[in-house]
Amino acid sequence: MMQHISSNPHVRAKDSTSRIMLLVCIALLPACGFGIYQFGIRALFHIVITVAVCVITEYLYQYFMKKRITVSDFSAVVTGLLLAMNLPVYAPLWIGAVGGVFAILVVKQLFGGIGQNFMNPALAARCFLLISFSRHMTNFFDGQSGATPLAVLKDGKAVDSWDMILGTCEGVIGETSVIAILAGAVILLMAGVISIRIPACYLASFIVFLVLFGGKGFNLSFITAHLAGGGLMLGAWFMATDYVTSPITPKGQILYGIILGILTGIFRIFGNSAEGVSYAIIFGNLLVPLIEKITIPTAFGKGKFNYVTQKTAGGEKHE
Amino acid sequence: MSVLTFRGGIHPFDGKELSKEKPIQKLLPVRDLVYPLSQHIGAPAVPIVKKGDSVLAGQMLAEAGGFVSAPIYASVSGTVKSIEPRLTPGGIRVNSIVLENDGNYKEVAYEAGKPLEQLSADEVTGAIQKAGVVGMGGAGFPTHVKLSPKDRSQIDYVIANCAECEPYLTSDYRRMLEEPEKLIEGMQIILSLFPNAKGVFAVEDNKVDCALKLEKLVKGQQNMEVKTLKTKYPQGSERHLIYAVTKRQINSTQLPADAGCIVDNVDTICSVRQAVVEGRPLTSRIVTVTGDAIKDPCNFEVLLGTSHLDLIEAAGGLLGEPEKIISGGPMMGNPLFELDVPVVKTSSALLCMSGDEAALEPQACISCGRCVDVCPGQIVPSRLASFAAQGKQEEFEKWNGMECCECGCCSYICPAKRHLTQSIKTMRRQILAQRRKK
Repeated sequence: MMQHISSNPHVRAKDSTSRIMLLVCIALLPACGFGIYQFGIRALFHIVITVAVCVITEYLYQYFMKKRITVSDFSAVVTGLLLAMNLPVYAPLWIGAVGGVFAILVVKQLFGGIGQNFMNPALAARCFLLISFSRHMTNFFDGQSGATPLAVLKDGKAVDSWDMILGTCEGVIGETSVIAILAGAVILLMAGVISIRIPACYLASFIVFLVLFGGKGFNLSFITAHLAGGGLMLGAWFMATDYVTSPITPKGQILYGIILGILTGIFRIFGNSAEGVSYAIIFGNLLVPLIEKITIPTAFGKGKFNYVTQKTAGGEKHE
Repeated sequence: MSVLTFRGGIHPFDGKELSKEKPIQKLLPVRDLVYPLSQHIGAPAVPIVKKGDSVLAGQMLAEAGGFVSAPIYASVSGTVKSIEPRLTPGGIRVNSIVLENDGNYKEVAYEAGKPLEQLSADEVTGAIQKAGVVGMGGAGFPTHVKLSPKDRSQIDYVIANCAECEPYLTSDYRRMLEEPEKLIEGMQIILSLFPNAKGVFAVEDNKVDCALKLEKLVKGQQNMEVKTLKTKYPQGSERHLIYAVTKRQINSTQLPADAGCIVDNVDTICSVRQAVVEGRPLTSRIVTVTGDAIKDPCNFEVLLGTSHLDLIEAAGGLLGEPEKIISGGPMMGNPLFELDVPVVKTSSALLCMSGDEAALEPQACISCGRCVDVCPGQIVPSRLASFAAQGKQEEFEKWNGMECCECGCCSYICPAKRHLTQSIKTMRRQILAQRRKK
């Protein structure tokens, strides 16, 4: 008779990496579904191609590098979905494939695979595509003139916030409908996949920034348009909360959220481009090690909550 | 009544249903009895018998090896067969006295103690010291040392740790249900040492029946009360229990007495009563034999030194071939690779599991932060485990790695199935060993 020997504990919770990633995929479905409904079958092609290329790239890299194949953890699917959701529907269909290879190969696998990348692969790939193929990546109207609500807003004109909340406006495949994205966010929160710390601090600090530097003071429709426009909702709920590239310390998550809000504000208000979420988040990703370093939690019983410390401090006061 | 607790912790499958309804049965040993000389924290006990000696139950076999140590008594009558290294539930070989049971269970004549009012504090702790009582919840710290802090008047809480937060364990539960009077009498004895202290029975809210029973018994006694705690692991961890009851926090280097508290578990308090009232040494304890791979889960009153093989046989034997057999609970217990090891003062359970959940291949950390959420020490297990793996001692200490209480919550919750507790524990032990050398 042979029994297993290992260090305590001897029981494990049911949760697994693949289950978490699958939940993220499910939470992205409302926004994907809305994108397909709004932009048609071409949006579905983009999604399928990008996801497939991400998964295949991961598989081939691991196969040829003789590493453990980890495609079943669904993380490449999440990357593919997020990247596809960041593509304009009229972009050529090969663009998601190029982005997918960049995301998985360069940003994720070359740095050591899941858990090791210091930038969000989908966002890094989006930024890569934006810089490399800007014409395709900003082609929202199939060659016709027009602008996304955020660009209209940037020009100082009024936009219909209601359209933006519903999603019946122009934009990339997965970021137009605030309602669909929030439905996904609720799934993530309810399933305990994400905590509200990063998105809440991100959105709150962005609002404060808008009020202070937006040039319109506390203008509700201006703020609503900015919150609902561009990639903010998708970014705040699905990309800023990416585990690997956000701080693990609770205080660090709060600080990270605040920094993202400020960066997004700077990029949107003072920058050339209307959009700023992607750059804000990948910039924030780079700050994560530093943020963690200055937000090491106080251990239980340490610091000012220690009973002995409190007692001596209290005793001195009485004297 | 408000429910008290701390931040963090987990809710593993508790498995208590298996043995909860089983009354405590006395178990008589079949095989030889083995008494490791080191079954407590501190100096090993020193044998005072030799091979061939006949002994009676309750006779001292080994005397304490110092102040922080405890004597060991025979639990049966018989002949000393040998004194030799034997395997303990902790997995190491320890010099042990082996006794052949003559089956007569002839006891020495115990001298019942004087009434409590006539005993001085030193006489009380003396009786506890002589009886070899140690912390029976798992740590094995000699109880008389715990009960002798620098200034007894500074203690304002004596907390009976009735949490029993480890899954599957029901020994304290049965004890509280069957003999609550003994627990209360033990508490009275301990309270007699601390003039300013209040006695608190801290019970998890999954044992409401025990709480109600105790409440009825302490009614009208001004120096005792029952407090209900949230059912959560590791509610019974000493520092977290103190916090839940008193809101006082202490760090890993401080003692409960620094927070004005004394904490003892149920079985320990009952042994204190037995030592002071009956003059009987510690020779038995309650052990839960349970798990899905045991035929008839039970709660036994076991004579110390009894082989774990006897426990399994008494519980109807094994079902199939268990993958893992654990001395203690699933969160902090020690796995056994050999079953012919003796029950010692700190053995709370024997858990036989048909499957081993811990035997999953660890994957890469995705920094999900679940370990941070559940860590009762409010540290960052995933980062600490990386520092440990890379041998980064300075970083490990800077991130408060030494504050880990080794409860196992981080490994339990990790979706990547990483062995976080193990890595952190190893580094901690290394650093502690280094510090002792200096």
